[in-house]
Amino acid sequence: MSGISAYGAYVPYTRLPFATISGRTAKEGGPEKAVAYYDEDAVTMGVAAATDCLKGIDRASVDAVVFASTSYAYREKQGAALIAKALDLRRDVSTSDVSGSLRAGTNALRGAFDSVAAGSARRVLVIASDCRMGAPRGALETKLGDGAAAFLISDSDPIATLEGSHSVTDEIQDVWRVDGDAYTHTWEDRFVVTEGYAPVVSEAVQGLLDKLNLSPSDVNRAVLYAPDARSHATASRTLGFSADQLQDALFGKLGNTGCAFAPMLLVASLESAKPGERILLAGYGDGADVLSLTTTEHLEKLDARLAVSGHLARRKPLRSYETYLRSRGLDPKEWQKGGGGGLSATIRFRERDADIAFKGGKCTSCGQVHFPVPRVCYQCFSRDQWEPYGLSDKRGRLLAHTFDYFFPAPEPPAIMIMAEIEGCHVQIQLADAAPEDAILDMEVEFAFRKIHEAGGKPNYFWKAIPVSN
Amino acid sequence: MSKTIRDKVAIVGVGACKFGENWDKSREDMIVDAAYEAYADAGIDDPQRQIEAVFCGSVYPNGGTGEVAEALKLFDRPISKLANYCETGTDTFRYGVMSIAAGMYDTVLVVGFDKPKDRGVSGPSVDFDRVRGLPATPAGWFSLCAARYFETYDAGREDLAKIAVKNHHNGTLAPKSMLKREISVDDVLNARIISWPFGLYDCAAQSDGAAAVVLSRADLAKDYENDPVMVKAVTIAVSANPQTDPNFDFLAWKPTHFAAKDAYAQAGISEPFRQIDVAQVHDCFTLTELLTYEDLGFCKKGEAKDHVASGTFELSGDLPVNTDGGLKTFGHPTGATGVRMIYENTLQLRGKAGDRQVKNASMALSHNIGGPPQACGIAIIGHP
Repeated sequence: MSGISAYGAYVPYTRLPFATISGRTAKEGGPEKAVAYYDEDAVTMGVAAATDCLKGIDRASVDAVVFASTSYAYREKQGAALIAKALDLRRDVSTSDVSGSLRAGTNALRGAFDSVAAGSARRVLVIASDCRMGAPRGALETKLGDGAAAFLISDSDPIATLEGSHSVTDEIQDVWRVDGDAYTHTWEDRFVVTEGYAPVVSEAVQGLLDKLNLSPSDVNRAVLYAPDARSHATASRTLGFSADQLQDALFGKLGNTGCAFAPMLLVASLESAKPGERILLAGYGDGADVLSLTTTEHLEKLDARLAVSGHLARRKPLRSYETYLRSRGLDPKEWQKGGGGGLSATIRFRERDADIAFKGGKCTSCGQVHFPVPRVCYQCFSRDQWEPYGLSDKRGRLLAHTFDYFFPAPEPPAIMIMAEIEGCHVQIQLADAAPEDAILDMEVEFAFRKIHEAGGKPNYFWKAIPVSN
Repeated sequence: MSKTIRDKVAIVGVGACKFGENWDKSREDMIVDAAYEAYADAGIDDPQRQIEAVFCGSVYPNGGTGEVAEALKLFDRPISKLANYCETGTDTFRYGVMSIAAGMYDTVLVVGFDKPKDRGVSGPSVDFDRVRGLPATPAGWFSLCAARYFETYDAGREDLAKIAVKNHHNGTLAPKSMLKREISVDDVLNARIISWPFGLYDCAAQSDGAAAVVLSRADLAKDYENDPVMVKAVTIAVSANPQTDPNFDFLAWKPTHFAAKDAYAQAGISEPFRQIDVAQVHDCFTLTELLTYEDLGFCKKGEAKDHVASGTFELSGDLPVNTDGGLKTFGHPTGATGVRMIYENTLQLRGKAGDRQVKNASMALSHNIGGPPQACGIAIIGHP
């Protein structure tokens, strides 16, 4: 039987309080949205959510990766393959991207359930990640947010089994973005809701309830995508769900994270669910996907993870709207970003184990760990006695730091540290931290981040971040 | 360990152009100014006949050996060029010294030069062709020892500031320095931060410059204009990169330890603080000079700040360091710096250093450290 065997999520540490947009002082607990910082994008958030999801799980057991995003940087070059490398998954993992619709997240989930049910894969990692751009000071700006969710769909030990699913496809131009558009467009909002979202989601939910011979009261938790808080409440009421059945859509905390939105809300729902509950998930975009899941006793055995609630709890509000614009690359610059030829593709190819997978080596003669892997060992001078040694899931200790005020960053300084990881010394930036957070000998963990956009494309490496618990 | 080269090679002429933002001077201009001053200092009136080989040092991209040959019109003889981080000048000098000690030439010219100010940036540029190790600026590299050193030895930015104040003062007394302005400790502490703990005044400036030395066989040195100064030791040492060295302790720079051990053995020095009378050390950043006092054995580990407070390394102190204002006031045209230090030490040993003259100097040391940093060059020169 196919089901969800693990979940994870990622919400960026950075938030934009709505008060800050209009230059007012943000009040504690006031409305805000999650913002991918300048070193984050759909891929880095996807890696973070997948890492959260795979906590305590043997990565070699993953057979396939499906990456859903409408905001992934490349038109030609796969995101799932890059993420599989960053996660250090098997060489024979099957990868695919799903894109083009706000429904891509639930599309990917449906496909993964189908392939596990069909027996073509035993464990499929589904990642939905979006970084949504509303025009500065436009109506969408406060509605849209950034984040990612990840699920492991498996043929055994499910925490939630798939009871059934139903889809409706609907051709409508309510929300769109064409090649070259920096920002999402929508038609006027009453049309979007009254002709698009509300009737289509209702039709799809009703379709699944009929199919499964259920009534709304049989559902313990209704997890509904919605463009905004008002339409969310209206749709729920129309469908016959009471307020205590409805999963909080986190408006004013997270924002609408596009194709990751419904999946992230599902994670939030699973975080507080008990075994034996029925969860109904509805994703919307050019139609709707609805899935019914039933939680099992395995739910309570899942290792602790940050998921949505843990990530929401760690937050740093931006101090000014200018900082928001700089962190999004929306500020005017003397020089356009991403000039020059960028990284050499051949060097990047040779160094992908180090730069993308953050793999060092362990000397089989003396046990010294080193990054990057040299030919000759620093300690025992033996040659070519290295076995691969992953560092991304290890913790490190801060040995030294400096604060660089010249490296391009929305809020200088950039913090460079030396981290000690199991005897290996690595020079690396410290992210999600202010200078006063950098303390000698503090513990750090590691996150996949965008380092710069030389050559007009995202160039990734890892950064240290303060340990979050 | 090196075999000793002590007293086999003599410095018979030194020269330097004015260091600074030499907008109106080309590399050719600076090379010619430095070399012809060294010729004149040595009493060389026919370089075409007297200069048998040239060793030049420069790290920024330029025209290669042909550029120096063309500038000086020295053709039909060997010219080599090398780059070895910030100790390029010292290493170039080393090659010149070795060539004479090997008996290949009687007289050679060593010229170090660089012109970073033609690049349109005020500091080193950030390298975006990689993803690791960023931000990659020398200030960031050389600050790596700061946090742990400060914590271990109860030191801080104010201790570093006094070094910048000293060097700025000395620079006002050196005719060829770029910066001639006294500063205060408060100026240093209140300046904008470049890369913590370094504020603007903790950093050496970038400048253009060239310096030259004429070397001769020791036994022929008396034929030249001035009293010769003898080479006592010259060496280079490379350590593991402190950014990846699993054994690095973030309290001291290893290459200086390595090079000092070798240089002191060559020169027969067992008590550096007592036996060395004047030193030019690499003050690319104030912390570099502070650590170098300890790394060269001028004082015990952790005691540098006490000597800074008591003035040990000031012009009037027991061991004056960076008598001409150092990289702080000359800037750091990389290939020129080590040769510029030999120039200053030679003037000090001859008693020709003007208002910054150190009394009774008979043994002088110069030191550069460069790279991430992982390489050090040391030259010791003195009276015969």
